[in-house]
Amino acid sequence: MTYFIQVLIDAISLGSLYALVALAIGLVFGVMRLINFAQADYITIGAYSLVIPTASITPPLLLGALPAVAMVISVVAVVTVLALLTERLAFRPLRSSDPTTLLISSFAVSYFLQSLIILVHGGRPKTVSIGDSLTGAVEMLGVRIPGVQLLTMAVALTLLICLVLFLKKTPMGVQLRAAAEDFQMARLLGVPANKVIAIAFAISGLLGGTISLLFVVQTGTLDIKIGMMPTVYAFFATVIGGIGSLPGAVLGGYIVGIISVLLQSYLPEEMRAFRDAGVFSLVILILLMRPQGLLATKASKERV
Amino acid sequence: MMRVFERYFPVIALIAPLLIIVFVIQQTGSSNVRYVATEALLRLSFAVALYIFAGNSGIMSFGHMTFCAIAAYASAWQTCCTLLKPITMSGLPSFLRDNTFSLLPAALNSIGLAGAAAFLSGLVLMRLSSLGASISTLALMFILNVVYSNWTSVTMGKSTIVGLPVYVSIWVALGFAILLIIIAYLYQNSRWGLMLRATREDEVAASASGVSLYWSRVIAFTLSGFGAGLAGVLYAHFMGTVSISTFFLDQTFLIVAMLVVGGMQSLAGAVVGVTFISVVIEVFRRAEAGFAVGGMDMSIPRGSQELILAAVMLLILIFRKSGIMGGREIAWPWLKKDLGKRDAKARGSKQTDPSSPLAQGSAKA
Repeated sequence: MTYFIQVLIDAISLGSLYALVALAIGLVFGVMRLINFAQADYITIGAYSLVIPTASITPPLLLGALPAVAMVISVVAVVTVLALLTERLAFRPLRSSDPTTLLISSFAVSYFLQSLIILVHGGRPKTVSIGDSLTGAVEMLGVRIPGVQLLTMAVALTLLICLVLFLKKTPMGVQLRAAAEDFQMARLLGVPANKVIAIAFAISGLLGGTISLLFVVQTGTLDIKIGMMPTVYAFFATVIGGIGSLPGAVLGGYIVGIISVLLQSYLPEEMRAFRDAGVFSLVILILLMRPQGLLATKASKERV
Repeated sequence: MMRVFERYFPVIALIAPLLIIVFVIQQTGSSNVRYVATEALLRLSFAVALYIFAGNSGIMSFGHMTFCAIAAYASAWQTCCTLLKPITMSGLPSFLRDNTFSLLPAALNSIGLAGAAAFLSGLVLMRLSSLGASISTLALMFILNVVYSNWTSVTMGKSTIVGLPVYVSIWVALGFAILLIIIAYLYQNSRWGLMLRATREDEVAASASGVSLYWSRVIAFTLSGFGAGLAGVLYAHFMGTVSISTFFLDQTFLIVAMLVVGGMQSLAGAVVGVTFISVVIEVFRRAEAGFAVGGMDMSIPRGSQELILAAVMLLILIFRKSGIMGGREIAWPWLKKDLGKRDAKARGSKQTDPSSPLAQGSAKA
């Protein structure tokens, strides 16, 4: 039973993380019909901004040397600026393109950023230790929960709630949702296009920055691919949920996260290495039953 | 006779320069140049295979490396390392473990396996909307990557299988590239090819005219999977080694970039893109290795090749969305003006015939 509760907590914490990334991707998709591969590199660059670029495997800290609050703020700021820059330089000129072109261009942006990191930091994985104080375990209701897990869950849930409140209650959030629903119509009703798109990217940068910190605290390593798996999972989360649906993205994120943790915990030992394959296969199975996604929206169909 | 020539001129215009280039390289180039050219030709095979699906359907596939990998591994299982196989790949079924097949049947089996995998996955993936399908091809590649990197008893996991017979010379690579180009051209002008191109231009109008989005896509996906399988087998027997890390995102990016830069919507675009990018890559690879300018040794930092490639691709997407070729095939320059109309009449219901060089595969507005 305690094992089950631990698994459940793992599932919720991972699910929340994926839900956040999926939401970032879903928001940008909603306003621009762009599936942003570069989300992975927002996360990676956020993580790498902690250290000074050297070839060393244990590099000296850059932003990571700041006190905790300043560090969080500066990393998030770096990633947000990066997200806005990619929007301004790469995606804005392509705004009128069809979704496939946009998808390919974000693939190119992602590859560009990845090569940039390799160029600056070198391609080898590095170790970095921030937030050592969080590695201890906390005992709650007879279950031992690693502090990092607790932090991840708290941060992810808080962000998720804040984001939902922002989307539901503030005028900007309502405009964003309107734009995600039907961009043309929203514009006709006076929603400023540049502003909502910039805000969507800023949010995806903000989420990317936070997630990168959570990952680094958890794993203590920097890797070129650090952002890739969560982003790829988040892609499928948005597809399962129904492309273009924000509640769908969150739902999809939790489904993917929970399946992933359940497989990790209950698969026999020798099968665990195949976990990711299992998750992706299940994703495809879900899609087989509901090709439009669980919460299909108008946007998930091709526009005529 | 003249009409046949005019009709097939787009293929001839692609094949002839390739033949000339390869002949010149064969005669004058160093072995290094020949190696690079062979690799480029193999990429061309792969790009054309991907084009069969992506170019004609307008749905980019990020997962075609899956079929390359399946075929490459299948060929390795059949032809490689007779003595070591029972030890290093003990999990293979006994008919594979204890036998070595000759090259041709092995290649055909492998390509067949890749095609079958493409057909089965196509049956599932093509049910999705075009964007969903595009992303889900990525899932396919991840599934295969995870399985093959961990299925140690059969694939040797992340280690490299060494010692495949190497039989792919520059002429073999050229031959198969030409074969794929011809297949791609015949397909895109066939009934199913034209139907698929119609869905690319307008899904709703195409399905209203009775085109099955699903089946036209499944067929192209399967054909393109066979092609990718062929490219995979050739690549394996060119390198002499097979490793799962070769068949992942980096290679995918390269091929996608080649298609996009050349122009995804025409066969000529695929060929021009591969040639262009291969030259760019080679120039920068040499620059990274170091070169001499006025007695000074210079080199550009490692990794700038990828950076520049990505930048080129982005610039093309921004400023010339339909690529260098703009979605056109290379048409016979002295074409009789009424050829397109006559074709249209001959075909009856079809309004414009994209196979006729007059009708350009127009880029979406």
